Amino acid sequence: MQERVKKDPEREFRVVGTRPIRPDGADKVTGRAKFGADFKMAGQLVGKVLRSPHAHARIKGIDVSKAAVLPGVKAIVTRDDFKDQGSEFVPAGEMLVNYRDVVRNVLAREKALFEGHPIAAVAATSEKIAREALRLIKVDYEVLPHVLDAVEAMKPDAPVLHEDMITAGVTPPPTKASNVAKRIEFVMGDIQKGFKDADVIVEREFNTKPVHQGYIEPHAVVASVSEDGSAEVWVTTQGHWIVRAHCARLLGWDISKIRVTASEIGGGFGGKTVVYLEPLALALSKKARKPVKMVMNREEVFRASGPTSGANIWVKIGAKKDGRIVAGEAILKYQAGAFQGSPVQPGCMCAFAPYDLENVKVVGYDVVTNRPKVAAYRAPGGPISEYAVESVVDEIAEQLGLDPIEMRLKNAAKEGTKAAYGPKFGPIGLVEGLEAAKGSPHWNAPLGKNQGRGIAAGFWFNIGGETTVSLQLNEDGTLSLMAGTPDVGGLRASLSMMAAEELGVDVAKVRPIIADTSSLGYNFLTGGSRSTFSSGMATVEAARAMIKEACVRASKLWEIPLDAVTWEDGKVRPAGDNAGKHEAMDLGDIAKIAGKTGGPIVGYSAITAHGAAPSFGVHIADAEVDPETGKTTITRYTVIQDAGKAVHPAYVEGQFQGGAAQGIGWALNEEYIYDDNGRLENPGFLDYRMPVASDLPMIDTIIVEVPNPRHPYGVRGVGETPIVPPMAAIAAAVKRASGVRFFELPMSPPKILAGMKAVKANGGAKATT
Amino acid sequence: MRYEAPDTIDAAVKLLAGEAGLARVLAGGTDLLVQMRSDVVSPDLVVDIKKISELRQVKEEAGGFRVGAAVTGAELKEHAKLPKAWPGLVEAANLIGSTQVQGRATMGGNLCNGSPAADSVPGLIAAGATATLVGPNGRRDLKVEDIMLAPRKLALTKGEIVASFLLPARPARSSDAYLRFIPRTEMDIAVVGCGVSLTLDPSGTCTAARVSLGAVAARPLLVEDAAKAIIGTKLNHAALAKLEAAARAACKPIDDKRGTVEFRIDVAGVLARRAALIAQERARKA
Amino acid sequence: MAKHHVSATVNGDAVEFLCESEQTLLDCLRDELDLTGAKEGCSSGDCGACSVMVDGRLVCSCLVLGVEASGKSIETIEGLSDGEKLHPLQQKFLEHAALQCGICTPGFLVASKALLEKHPNPTETEIRYWLAGNLCRCTGYDKIIRAVIDAAAEMRGA
Repeated sequence: MQERVKKDPEREFRVVGTRPIRPDGADKVTGRAKFGADFKMAGQLVGKVLRSPHAHARIKGIDVSKAAVLPGVKAIVTRDDFKDQGSEFVPAGEMLVNYRDVVRNVLAREKALFEGHPIAAVAATSEKIAREALRLIKVDYEVLPHVLDAVEAMKPDAPVLHEDMITAGVTPPPTKASNVAKRIEFVMGDIQKGFKDADVIVEREFNTKPVHQGYIEPHAVVASVSEDGSAEVWVTTQGHWIVRAHCARLLGWDISKIRVTASEIGGGFGGKTVVYLEPLALALSKKARKPVKMVMNREEVFRASGPTSGANIWVKIGAKKDGRIVAGEAILKYQAGAFQGSPVQPGCMCAFAPYDLENVKVVGYDVVTNRPKVAAYRAPGGPISEYAVESVVDEIAEQLGLDPIEMRLKNAAKEGTKAAYGPKFGPIGLVEGLEAAKGSPHWNAPLGKNQGRGIAAGFWFNIGGETTVSLQLNEDGTLSLMAGTPDVGGLRASLSMMAAEELGVDVAKVRPIIADTSSLGYNFLTGGSRSTFSSGMATVEAARAMIKEACVRASKLWEIPLDAVTWEDGKVRPAGDNAGKHEAMDLGDIAKIAGKTGGPIVGYSAITAHGAAPSFGVHIADAEVDPETGKTTITRYTVIQDAGKAVHPAYVEGQFQGGAAQGIGWALNEEYIYDDNGRLENPGFLDYRMPVASDLPMIDTIIVEVPNPRHPYGVRGVGETPIVPPMAAIAAAVKRASGVRFFELPMSPPKILAGMKAVKANGGAKATT
Repeated sequence: MRYEAPDTIDAAVKLLAGEAGLARVLAGGTDLLVQMRSDVVSPDLVVDIKKISELRQVKEEAGGFRVGAAVTGAELKEHAKLPKAWPGLVEAANLIGSTQVQGRATMGGNLCNGSPAADSVPGLIAAGATATLVGPNGRRDLKVEDIMLAPRKLALTKGEIVASFLLPARPARSSDAYLRFIPRTEMDIAVVGCGVSLTLDPSGTCTAARVSLGAVAARPLLVEDAAKAIIGTKLNHAALAKLEAAARAACKPIDDKRGTVEFRIDVAGVLARRAALIAQERARKA
Repeated sequence: MAKHHVSATVNGDAVEFLCESEQTLLDCLRDELDLTGAKEGCSSGDCGACSVMVDGRLVCSCLVLGVEASGKSIETIEGLSDGEKLHPLQQKFLEHAALQCGICTPGFLVASKALLEKHPNPTETEIRYWLAGNLCRCTGYDKIIRAVIDAAAEMRGA
């Protein structure tokens, strides 16, 4: 079932809101589309990475002498081939990266900090030879004690990963190094007073495991460096300008020397916003003077590319008898992996964002551990903190005997609400979403045996950022659109629709591409749910620039003043006194006169997009729990979310459904499992259990449309919010189905069965795990 | 690595027996290729047995069936008679991996991969299947429960191949069932597996039964006490309770990434009961 | 060790290639025959992105050795459409927006075609179980299942 709930439809659209076939579709259903590993260059070498078998070890020496003389080996790089970098943070998606750490994540320097940490890379004439060369590299390790868990890593006697890391955000600064990179705090009002006023207070501790983005396409790159130092890179990435920036910085090359082309991307979800192989491939290619192709296998993806944080969360909420929340407090401890930079900050900002509260305090700790460095994963940080808060909200509603939707409506953020993290919300669609949930067929349907229903709300930001779009009017009146935010799930469809809408042409006349870094101005990456919002805004602006130019050309042709020309219904028309004196011209007509009226016509927009507006979602989940095995089946699921304006509703629904499915995996089965030596035990899709088709029901959607007033078409980013509510919604459903409330993810069958047995043993008393 | 694909079983045995390095048999390849790819094994010789017709056939024999060790799960399912006679065993073989994997994976490979969690092995053990082995010293028969000794350790000698399985003749009112527990609905390795085969008399009393458990010990188990619990009963409440208890008592599981000791023991009892009831229902109609 | 000389039929065309014993059919299709429609997502038979048909049987090409293809008939995503005309499954995947990133799409299409050849009128549950070996991380499967149901109806002439 797909529904739409509209609020004040302000304008009628011709193209926006329809469901045309995506312009890159035919290539993707015929196998023609070129993804990262599908590129090939004549004479290319195969690059492979040697990785640490230890979770934590000092690297006393690396001897490549035997590997270097193996026939077929053309280049080897180690830490000695990369200059050290100073500590400096730069934005990457919703997260920051520090070049001191980026260079160490690409190749270990002093220490190997996680199992899978790259130690050296080899380029050889075949994969077989490259693998043999890796075996011949001798690394002298001094194995050190390791720590995997954030709470453990915060203890005073924990092994310290970085001997120079002093906790930031604490006054006075600590004198001793620790694994806590920083402490952050958001405070609003007076929580002590708030809790004093509360009729009911619930305080709970939660634990979550790291989960991986799980994109089906492993990281892949082909790099070719010429003798003059100019470089070509083909890579699967969410941001090729970011790849260019990071590589130029790590290699000390001019940015202009590196041209990066983004391949089709086989899923990213935040995980392809950082560099792993790219600097290695470039360094190898420069040394070998041949193109180098590097592709991770699935095991490497799991061991060495970023999952999101596992975390420990403590939440305390106080409410009045009528359900009004009077105080909310949370402490979040997020694993960052080997280097600082967990998404604990957005986690803190999101924690209570769905609610209009007076008294809030959230404290976060960014904690390094001997795991792969986390990367962004769809709404990074938000799903973890909001899972905990929403679970406590559900428990309070239950204690007060309130309907969980009513409880949320009583506290819901709305236009003008001041968020605990600072800003006041503009028009937002949470109340509309909750009302839509209340009236949905799902919420009002009966439940079967051993089934329970849960609901949860969720919030995520939307970002703007640097964006460039170029729109060329071709000689025949068709249009070529160049954007620079890689298309992860229908962007080219939305952009061509927005261009067509604005220009009054058929959507099939607009052919969009994702341009390389030398063909278009700078673009920040696809992340923060920004690509439809930002590249869409730039597309509309580029189209408007083209319209303006079309008017100029017509006025020249007609020899009338520019202000005597208007654009209406997709045509330039003479206006005022001249109305009717000349035949109106569409873009096809304008294209024919472009040469003689001043030259080619290009609409261009290079902007920092502002006015991004957050999106709220509400999810309803039905779970059936087998009382004898603890196995949970999701029997029905509905996603309700504010899209501002759904440009291509099918791809908006797709975002809703895909986020929900990832959340279901997070809730029930996905987790990183380590052995006692800090080695990952499930680096494959067999035991890292993402949902398969038979695990899921159809996922119903209701698109709420509360337009974002700061986007020309009302668009909000929608991609990330859908992964925020599922864990709490499912936990609430499992509680009602099994009688047990769980405080740990994943809610895997052994935990659920043990929880139900404990309840039975207590004679039905409330048990917690 | 050498690849050979002989078309007689004797040639295959000769190749395997004569290899000085590491030799591996390739049937469906759904375990072997994964292990080769991840450097778990690096064989010097791979002998593909799929061109040996004896290993690729299902034949009726002695009132039962002789199933070639290299017959795929999908082929078992498509066989005209087998799914009706041995629905549990055919289901077990078709629980291994995806549709794609079922097009390749074989019961011989499933057994010889030497995993305690192999799905088709409890099915074969419950069925009372006998494996025919062919080696440098000729042919011999072994009960399937006597083949796997411990994880990755088999009772096979160097050069010996599992050629086929003999499924015995079925009395009237006999059937079987296999259930496994996995966290998802598909694509997982069994956390617990249980095969039950039984025969009813005209009054519905169970006259013969075999119960086998997988993934709860170092090797798949034939649990005679569990069978005894239901033989002579109509699988009433008390008999099923005894069956559950016997199944649980037989478990010697480990804690690992797929499940805990406690969970495996609990679920083994549940699956034994559920599988027995399914087998009973089927036997009534058989 | 000398390479194997393999002759096979791919999408109806006779092909020959050389391969080493360890190379998988997937490697051979992608690296030796430049047919990159089948994708490598896991190399362990868990994701289905490399699905192809071998002598009419759906398999993961990462779990088949290249040398095993000798004398066999292979069908890949590149052979699914009939000239310019897309197969009904391809058309329905586009109409239903049953793909986002598209990396899993070739595998889903090949597997779905195999399903509909065997079961022209599958239930939703049958489709879900048949496709359980094809992982998709983008769509939550909803639109994929709908596209297969719709294509099946069209192919039955319904």
